[in-house]
Amino acid sequence: MKDWRYILAEQRGTLLALALFLLMFTIYVTNHPAGFTPNVVTTAANKGVILALVAMAQCFVVLTAGIDLSVGMVFILANCLGSYIIAGSAIEITLGLIGVMAAGAACGALNGLIVIYGRLQPIVTTIATGAIFFGIALWLRPYPGSEPDFAADLADALTGKLFDTVPASLVFLAGVIVVVWIPFRRSLIGRTVYAVGSSDQAAYMSGLPVRLGRFSAFVLSGFLASLGGIFLTFITYSGEASLANGDNYTLFSIASVVLGGVSLYGGRGSAVGAIFGALAFRAIGDLLFVFDLDPLWQPLFQGIVLGLAVTLGAARLFQVRNRLELFN
Amino acid sequence: MGETPLFRMEGISKRYGGVHALENASLTVHAGAVHAILGENGAGKSTLIKIMSGVVAPNEGRMFLEGEEVSFADPAAANRAGIVCIFQELSLIPDLSVADNIIVSNPPTRFGLIDHRAQRRMAEEALARAGGEDIHPMAMVRDLPLSRQQIVEIAKALARKPRLLILDEATSALTASDVTRVFEVIKRLRDEGLALLYISHRMHEIAELADECTVFRNGHNVESYQQGAKTDNEVVEMMIGREYSHVFPAKPTPPPADKPPVLELKNLSWTDRLRDISFGVRPGEVVGLGGLDGQGQRELLLAMFGVLRSVEGEIVVDGRKRTIGSPREAKSKDIGMALIPEDRKTEGLMLPMSVRDNLSFAALDRLTRFGVVDRSTESADIERMMKLLAVRSDGTAIPVAALSGGNQQKVVIAKWLMISPRIILLNDPTRGIDVGTKQELYQLLRRLADDGAAIILYSTDYDELIGCCDRVLVMYDGAIHAELVGDEITEHALVGSALNIDSAQSDTAFASRAQ
Repeated sequence: MKDWRYILAEQRGTLLALALFLLMFTIYVTNHPAGFTPNVVTTAANKGVILALVAMAQCFVVLTAGIDLSVGMVFILANCLGSYIIAGSAIEITLGLIGVMAAGAACGALNGLIVIYGRLQPIVTTIATGAIFFGIALWLRPYPGSEPDFAADLADALTGKLFDTVPASLVFLAGVIVVVWIPFRRSLIGRTVYAVGSSDQAAYMSGLPVRLGRFSAFVLSGFLASLGGIFLTFITYSGEASLANGDNYTLFSIASVVLGGVSLYGGRGSAVGAIFGALAFRAIGDLLFVFDLDPLWQPLFQGIVLGLAVTLGAARLFQVRNRLELFN
Repeated sequence: MGETPLFRMEGISKRYGGVHALENASLTVHAGAVHAILGENGAGKSTLIKIMSGVVAPNEGRMFLEGEEVSFADPAAANRAGIVCIFQELSLIPDLSVADNIIVSNPPTRFGLIDHRAQRRMAEEALARAGGEDIHPMAMVRDLPLSRQQIVEIAKALARKPRLLILDEATSALTASDVTRVFEVIKRLRDEGLALLYISHRMHEIAELADECTVFRNGHNVESYQQGAKTDNEVVEMMIGREYSHVFPAKPTPPPADKPPVLELKNLSWTDRLRDISFGVRPGEVVGLGGLDGQGQRELLLAMFGVLRSVEGEIVVDGRKRTIGSPREAKSKDIGMALIPEDRKTEGLMLPMSVRDNLSFAALDRLTRFGVVDRSTESADIERMMKLLAVRSDGTAIPVAALSGGNQQKVVIAKWLMISPRIILLNDPTRGIDVGTKQELYQLLRRLADDGAAIILYSTDYDELIGCCDRVLVMYDGAIHAELVGDEITEHALVGSALNIDSAQSDTAFASRAQ
C-alpha cells in the first residue's frame, strides 16, 4: 500500500546525504570560474571517488558497530604496492591489480580475525594493524616513486572521460556499487552485518552466522580500501607512503560515513549514503577554492559543516524516556 | 497419550558457578497439546527452556526427540530439529524490517541473492498465522510498539515451521485484545498437531490454554498433572514448599500511623510501565516491593531516583512536592535519597578503581572544600564505613574488582551510607551474594531503619520480604496490586497476590486446610 513511505524512511540518511551533496556541488559548480564543464566535473569526480571508496570501506565496519582506523593505511599500502606491480604487459597489469586487491582483502581479514578470535575492540586492533600496514608501505616506498613501465594508459582511461563527457571514475564507482554493494545488501551475509551492528545478541539468537558476517565486513573493508589505493595510484602515477595522507583518509572516511547517514552505533545506513557523504565532504572542502578563500580555512569550515550535520542526527536522543539508555 | 512423546528430557542438571539452576529435572512433551510450566522466580524455568532451545548446554542429562537422543550446539541446531523458542527478551533485530526479521536466517533466494518478493509473501503468511495482518512487512521493528513486536516474534517462530514451540511469557507485553488473538493462534496450532510449551505466571491463562501442567521448584520438577486436576491453592503450595534458610532480626513495633511520611508518592505513572502508584514511607519503616520479576518494580525505583524522563504524578518529600530530575538531585542534602542499584558491576561500582575511590564517589561534594577533596575527613569517613559494614578487604587501595561479591555489595551500600541518606532504595541487594553477608545486610537494614531511615526494598526472594519488611507492596503489571501489613506478609499471600489470584479467597482456603 504505502510501501514508498517505508522505503523513504529507510533511505532517509542516504537521501539527506544526496541532498547535501547536490547543494554543495551546485554552489561549487555555479561559482567555479570555468562552470559546469566535463573537465571541472572529472577533476572533482576523481578526488571524490577516492574518498568515496575509502568511505565505503569504513561503512562496512561501522555497520557492525565497529570502527576501522586502518582503512587509510590499507589505502596507502595499496597505493605503494600498486606503484610496483600494476605495470608491464596486459597480463602482468591484470595480475598486479588482483594482487593489490588481494593484499587489501588480506589486511581486512587480519583485522577481522584479531577482532573475532582475539576479542579485541576494532578501534584498538585497527590502530595497531594500521601502524603495521603503514610500516610495510614505508618499507616498499621509502621515497615516492613508480616503475618505468607503469600502466599509464589504464590509469588515464579510468581517470579520464567516457565519450568526452562522463567521468570514467564515476562509472567505475557505479560499477562497484552494482558488483559489490547490491549483492552484499541482498545476501544473508549483508543481513547478518546489519543484524550484528543492530543487536549482536538477537543476531546470535536468531541463528545468523555472526562471526562470518563480522569477518566479511572487515574483508570487504580492506578490499574497498585497496580499490581506493589503486585509484590514487592511477591519479598520481606513483606510490607514496605518506603518513599524513593515511591519517587524513581514515578520519575523512569516518566523517563521510557520518554525513552519509550511517549510524556509528551500527545497523543503520548504506554504503550509497557513505558515498554521497564522501562526495559532499569533498565538495565542502573545494568550495573554499572557488570562493578564493585561504585554504587554511578549509578544516575549520569542514568541521563546522560536519558538526551541524551530526547534531541533526542526534536529535532522537530527546525522545529517550529512561536516562540510563542515554549511556548505552 | 500412549504413543512416543515428541520430546523428553531426563536427569537434566545445570550449574552456574556453585549455584544449581536445575537439578535432575525431567519433562515430557506430547504433540498436539499445550504443556504449561509453572514455578516461582528462580525455580529453573528459564534455564530449562534455554537448554531445550540450545542456548546453554546442560552439565548432565539427556534429551530425546521422538525417541532419538539429541543435543544442540546452538539455537540454530535446535531450530533445525524443529524446536523454536519465543524468548521473554525479544530476539528481534531493531534495525531490520519486519519481513527481514521473520525470515531472518534462511531467506528465499534467486540467483544466490535474497528474493525480497518471495520473502515478503512468506512474511505476510506468517504474520497472518500469528494474527498480525495489520503489521506492514516493511516497517522497521524498532518503530513498532512492544505488543506488535511480540506478534512479529511469534510470526518469526512460526515461519521456522516448528514441531515444538516454546512460549516464554509470550503475552507479558500484549494488550488484552492481542492476548485473545494469540490464544486463538495457539489453539489452532495445537489442533494442527504442534507441541506447545507455555510458560506464564498468569494462572487464568494457564487454566484456559493448558492440557497438562508441570510445577518446578528449586530447579526440579515437583509434579505433573492434567490441567483442572488441582485447585489454584494446591498449585501455589507446590510452588512454595521451601524452608526458611535465613535468620532475620526481630521487627520492632511499627512507627505510629500518624507519624508523617518522609516520602510520599501520589499517582506516579511512566509510559505504560508504571500506573497510578501511590504510597508513603515513614522514617523507621522498611517497605518491601514484591511481585513477580518485571512488574515495574525496577522502573519505580528509577522513577523515584530521577532517572526516568516525563514521569507523571507527584513525589512529596517532607510534605513538600519535589521534582527530582537526576540522581544528583536525589542525593542532595534536602532530599537525601540513595539507590543501591540492581547490577553492582555496571551501575554501582567502578570496578578497576580502588575501594577508597569507590566509597567516596557519592559523597565527594560533601568531602570537598573549595573544590579539593579533604583527605583527612575522607579517610575518617571511609574508616568508619569499613568498620560499620565489616568490609573484608586488604586495605582500601586495592581495586574493588578484587573483592568477593558480598564485599563488593557492602562497598556499594557503604558508598551510599557516606551521604547519611534518609531514604534508601534497594534493588534486589542480596542477589548472588553468600548467606553470611546476606544476614549481615538484614541486620544493617534494620539498624538503619531504627536510626530513622525510610527504606524501600525490592527483592525477588520472598523470604527476605517476609523477614525484613514491615509492609509489602505487591506489584502487578506496573501497578500496586496488594498491600500486605505485618502478619499478613506470608509466603502464601505473597505468591497468591503476585500471581493475581484472589488472595482473600485463597487465604481462607489455605487456613482451613492447615488446621
